[in-house]
Amino acid sequence: MELVCPAGNLPALKRAVDEGADAVYFGFQNTTNARGFAGLNFTDKRAREGIDHAHAHGRRVFCAINTYPQPDGWKMWTRAVDDAAALGVDALILADMGLLDYAARRYPDLPRHLSVQGSATSHEALRFYHEQFGIRRAVLPRVLSITQVRDLARQSPVELEVFAFGSLCIMAEGRCYLSSYLTGESPNTRGVCSPAAHVRWEETDAGLESRLNGVLIDRYAAGENAGYPTLCKGRFEVEGETYHAIEEPTSLNTLELLPELAKLGISAVKIEGRQRSPAYVSKVAGIWRSAIDRLDADPERFHPDPAWIAGLGDVSEGSTTTLGAYERRWK
Amino acid sequence: MADSSSAGSPSVRSLQLALGPVLFYWTRERYAQFYRDAADWPVDIVYLGESVCSRRRDMKLDDWLGLGRELAQSGKEVVLSSQTLIESEADLRDLRKLCDNGEFRVEANDQSAVQRCANAGLAFVGGAALNLYNTAAIGVLQRAGMQRFNAPVEMSGADLAHLLDDGRAQGVAVPCEVFAYGHLPLAWSSRCFTARRYRHTKDRCRFVCQKHPEGMALRSREAGEVFTLNGIQTLSGACQDLRHDMASIADAGASVARLSPRAEGMADVVADFDAARRGELAAPDPLTLVDAEICDGYWYGRPGMDNTRRDSA
Repeated sequence: MELVCPAGNLPALKRAVDEGADAVYFGFQNTTNARGFAGLNFTDKRAREGIDHAHAHGRRVFCAINTYPQPDGWKMWTRAVDDAAALGVDALILADMGLLDYAARRYPDLPRHLSVQGSATSHEALRFYHEQFGIRRAVLPRVLSITQVRDLARQSPVELEVFAFGSLCIMAEGRCYLSSYLTGESPNTRGVCSPAAHVRWEETDAGLESRLNGVLIDRYAAGENAGYPTLCKGRFEVEGETYHAIEEPTSLNTLELLPELAKLGISAVKIEGRQRSPAYVSKVAGIWRSAIDRLDADPERFHPDPAWIAGLGDVSEGSTTTLGAYERRWK
Repeated sequence: MADSSSAGSPSVRSLQLALGPVLFYWTRERYAQFYRDAADWPVDIVYLGESVCSRRRDMKLDDWLGLGRELAQSGKEVVLSSQTLIESEADLRDLRKLCDNGEFRVEANDQSAVQRCANAGLAFVGGAALNLYNTAAIGVLQRAGMQRFNAPVEMSGADLAHLLDDGRAQGVAVPCEVFAYGHLPLAWSSRCFTARRYRHTKDRCRFVCQKHPEGMALRSREAGEVFTLNGIQTLSGACQDLRHDMASIADAGASVARLSPRAEGMADVVADFDAARRGELAAPDPLTLVDAEICDGYWYGRPGMDNTRRDSA
């Protein structure tokens, strides 16, 4: 099973490679990828350096161009595909059907992976992308239970990559417009969710308040840990009760599912977090490398090491982790 | 802002009105009554079916087909909407039956449905969650059999005009539908948020969403309505209302305005939109606009929750 790690910048890419990532993924410094954050991502020159570093170590590099080309920006997206191809990346991670079509026609020999933003949750959908654009691999949305992943793996015409660790999107990715409803900017259009430019923190008599474009997302009592106001992880009032109505601030961690994922023939596990620090990438990549190596060495007796769990807990959102939708009762 | 719809331009007159699928879980009686009424409304197209949750099974495919036949007899174009989030083999079996119904076109809300229709040589309507933001993507689905498409809900009127112009220039002219009225469908999850509120698991949800024929309001702790919870679907808190923007919908090049059913008052909504396309809708009353929980931000290239009329009043 391949370990695919995030690279928000060159130091993170190098740390991931050094800690044993089989592949790293990155994006360019614009809105063509789903982490279109200021200060993040790669220029052509840095990408060149990163790809050389990875290739020198026998690792692969994927380029994420996984937002949706907007009506007035088609050329920016096709240029990203052209640039990635010229840089010699090992695969493109794409979501948009138009861009997949472009890449398939222009660079038929450059492998295409369907991004999680392509929202494929069934083998019929995978077959569509496979037949239309010859995708080699698909990244599955984080909405499927392990049973559903098993059904899918049995019939998938392409390799499957699943999310193993990191921030938990609980909506079907690629089909969530909540962020643009509040801020005008979404993962699909701008590569951002709950963008920082719209975040405001205020100390009030009622407590510390976090707002997104003026909308109160959460309010913290003294001593409570305050988290980034991702809009689906705030506390809201529904029918007279105030609670995390959509999801708690928590991270996905599937370490204990690793043997099962391997048995199902899942080709790759993905670590989320291009927006996180090189230290995060280094730590998470190292732990997952150890886990996969131990699984390979003795699949029957695999147990997650308590030190791994603790290490991942330290870098988790809200310092808690969940199996998310993989576990049916989460739903 | 002037009431642009009063111009009554020929393109506004030719706009079709569509009744979107009911996104909420209603009782059989409520669906039956709603569509009995709708048969007499001035809508041209009616979308039927359960597009949100596979657990909502009061209405079977045959029930929808029955309603469809009655509406077709009243002169409506009938389209069956497919489920947006497909998760299981059972979902796929239902989807195949829907696509193979043999009578009505399908609105494909996921690539699973596109694949099924394309392989069977069936023409289809592209749903808004297919994420058709550019001509190349529309071209792919046109070649697969798409005859009309819904613009992504977050697309502005200016971007849509740009997109449709570009399509015409490239010979990819597929009629376009715009979400003109109703709570905007914004997200789908495997988790059921209505069941979560009742502390039920999704597998034992007891169909509590049927108690909420317009969903459950999710408010910020300052009482502002932010979103609407509808089972696994999250809708906008405010109701998008473009009844005074029909001229600009037509000017953008769209062919159809979609009105998404609410539990109450749809007859009046349809009547207003029909009046708007005839250029007979009275200018908005500033007083009612201030109180109403309505939004139109997306159409104006702003956050979807914005109400540009209120803000400019």
